[in-house]
Amino acid sequence: MRSLALPSASGFDEMIGPEQAVRPHYQGYHDWLLHQDRQQLQRKQKEAELQFHRVGITFNVYGEDSGTERLIPFDTLPRVIPGDEWRLLEKGAIQRVKALNLFLHDIYHDHTIIRDGRIPADQIFGNAQYQPCMQDVTLPNQVYSQISGVDLIRDGEGTWYVLEDNLRTPSGVSYMIENRRMMMRLFPELFASQTVAPVEHYPSLLLGTLQQSSPVSAPTVVLLTPGQVNSAYFEHAFLAQQMGIELVEGADLFVKNGFVYMRTTAGPQKVDVIYRRIDDDYLDPLAFRPDSMLGVPGLLSVYREGNVILANALGTGVGDDKSIYPYVPDMIRYYLDEEPILANVPTWQCRRPNELNHVLANLPDLVVKEVHGAGGYGMLVGPAACKSQIEHFRQRLKANPDNYIAQPTLSLSTCPIFVNEGIAPRHIDLRPFVLTGHDTRLVPGGLTRVAMTEGSLVVNSSQGGGTKDTWVLEESLC
Amino acid sequence: MLSRTAADLYWLSRYFERAENTVRMLDVAWNLSLIRFAVNPLDEITAPLMISGSWEQYQQRYGNISVQNVMYFFTLDEDNPGSIFHCLRQARTCAHAVRGKITSEMWESVNSTWLELKEIRQLGLSQYGETAFFDWVKNRSHLFRGATYGTIMRSDTFRFLRLGTFIERADNTARILDVKHQIGNPDTGTAVDFYRWHAVLRSVGAYEAYREMYSEAINADRVAELLILRPEIPRSLMSCMRVLCELLPAIKGDAGLTSKRLAAVQMARLQYGSTQHIIELGLHEYLTDFLRRINELADTIRLEYLEVA
Repeated sequence: MRSLALPSASGFDEMIGPEQAVRPHYQGYHDWLLHQDRQQLQRKQKEAELQFHRVGITFNVYGEDSGTERLIPFDTLPRVIPGDEWRLLEKGAIQRVKALNLFLHDIYHDHTIIRDGRIPADQIFGNAQYQPCMQDVTLPNQVYSQISGVDLIRDGEGTWYVLEDNLRTPSGVSYMIENRRMMMRLFPELFASQTVAPVEHYPSLLLGTLQQSSPVSAPTVVLLTPGQVNSAYFEHAFLAQQMGIELVEGADLFVKNGFVYMRTTAGPQKVDVIYRRIDDDYLDPLAFRPDSMLGVPGLLSVYREGNVILANALGTGVGDDKSIYPYVPDMIRYYLDEEPILANVPTWQCRRPNELNHVLANLPDLVVKEVHGAGGYGMLVGPAACKSQIEHFRQRLKANPDNYIAQPTLSLSTCPIFVNEGIAPRHIDLRPFVLTGHDTRLVPGGLTRVAMTEGSLVVNSSQGGGTKDTWVLEESLC
Repeated sequence: MLSRTAADLYWLSRYFERAENTVRMLDVAWNLSLIRFAVNPLDEITAPLMISGSWEQYQQRYGNISVQNVMYFFTLDEDNPGSIFHCLRQARTCAHAVRGKITSEMWESVNSTWLELKEIRQLGLSQYGETAFFDWVKNRSHLFRGATYGTIMRSDTFRFLRLGTFIERADNTARILDVKHQIGNPDTGTAVDFYRWHAVLRSVGAYEAYREMYSEAINADRVAELLILRPEIPRSLMSCMRVLCELLPAIKGDAGLTSKRLAAVQMARLQYGSTQHIIELGLHEYLTDFLRRINELADTIRLEYLEVA
């Protein structure tokens, strides 16, 4: 197996360093790889696809026949992170999530960060994700985001950055676990020779986190799914099964005398914690969208009384909004009195006149995003845009600067994947999952997403992105 | 257990059982239609329509009776809620909803059945072969049952799956047994009768059992006795009720009082029934009463366990 396409000299590659030297933490894998037969590896890749299909690790494509579910492409070449580097990421992610939880508690109680002038009031109270009904609602342990996804990227220099925080219903953890199972099935010898940190205990940590979120002893925990047609249904069913809890839909729950119950074959059973994978707007048709068929009428009143716990809490979206993102490093200083371990991607807020001027002067080099946008809509990628698009965006920016932020165009780091011709570099990111119960912790690793097309920076699964197993090596093998 | 989960498990196995029983019935009708009697051979092919109560629906959709149309109607017609295609699609939907509750072997057997069925549908029934298709459905049903029996934990999950199987089977056996009345042929003691009862026995897989248990020629009273009262026959009403009476009290919790009572009453009627009693009442009347009772039981199970208000 020697047909290795080398990464471009300008970017940062996870496996191959300067002067084409294999990075020390990849040495063990690389040595193994050199002795592999290409056809054998292709067979393994096929076996993985077959197995994923058989088990049904798929995501639904909206509007298609129930029989046609798609696989997320899986690459069998692992992404390796050395243990010491991981420990830094871990500390940084924990620090960040702690600060965000303190921030959410603050903005729904005393608003000190606003009164101290660190964040303008309108940025919070004017935010579409801000939930006024959460004011003065006291949550056990003051935890708002029990499950957080912190999306990390590396630039061309190899420096880590937080690209965004996910405090609503971050998904993808089932792929992290299934990818590991698949790798252990395909290449047991690799795990025998390298000390890869385990991730399969995630469901039990998650269950512990959910149980700790309730003041009730031995609480009944359920996972609330929008149902089979949801694109992440596989993950909902998978996690419920792994935790041994009920997978419920809105119609399975009802509110009576101030508590939430589920309909069971043995009569109503009280529910104490709801791990909900439904957005705020759909949770309670009496309080939010009246046309929601997914939620539970009356849920909000029970929640505000403290008789049921939602994970994550209502109104966490204000903490992961793009307009709040630039303030997170300052939040860390403000609430924890610490310097941020993980850096933000430098961000210009167009609401500030001098930053707007900088953005307008440098549009061809920047990425401009709508503050409430998601999924790549309303976005300008300067280097990829033509002149007229840039001019069009310039007018929009000038007309409504508050609605935009801008960032430099970062080139994501690359990691080799298997392609027909052999091995070639592709861009990747990393989403570790941070759990907050009595304390904040995470399993070593996370979900590595891969842009499967050469040169592409889009890792999103709905746009053909794939995944890889992520290895944290407990000790460097150099 | 969550009521919706119980309902999905129950309907998953009900639909699978219905698919199996439908092909058993079709298999026999198909074979009989190939044997030319003096009487109209189309009688035989109408039997499945009578048994399943879909005569009117068929007439509205297709008009005249033909072997090909009836076969299509029962196998691959997606607009017929009683077709194999519809049953297996429903079974797959139910399984998908409870995939976290069933074992991966069970899920894979349901899912691959559905995927193969879609391929067969593209190919067409006559291209695939009628008998080959009937065997395929039976084999898929055996596989699913075997995967269930061999891998699932003996909990309420298992019980609701079995509940669906045996409610459906009791209903289907009673309907198949009533076929003579349905096609309006009173016993005449001719060769035609022999073939018809023979067909009924074969459709529930009890022909060999009849031969082993009775030395006399195939006749209506003995067939009725075998398929109603004998606990040795896995598709007899007695066997079905016996399992239902074991399952219901074993389900956790205090719900389902009426279901348990109705099942126990029906069990007693079979346990202390006799062939003589059935003959005196009339087979058709006896079966009509049974069908009413089993459907009442199914309704009660639905209200007490599956759709708790």
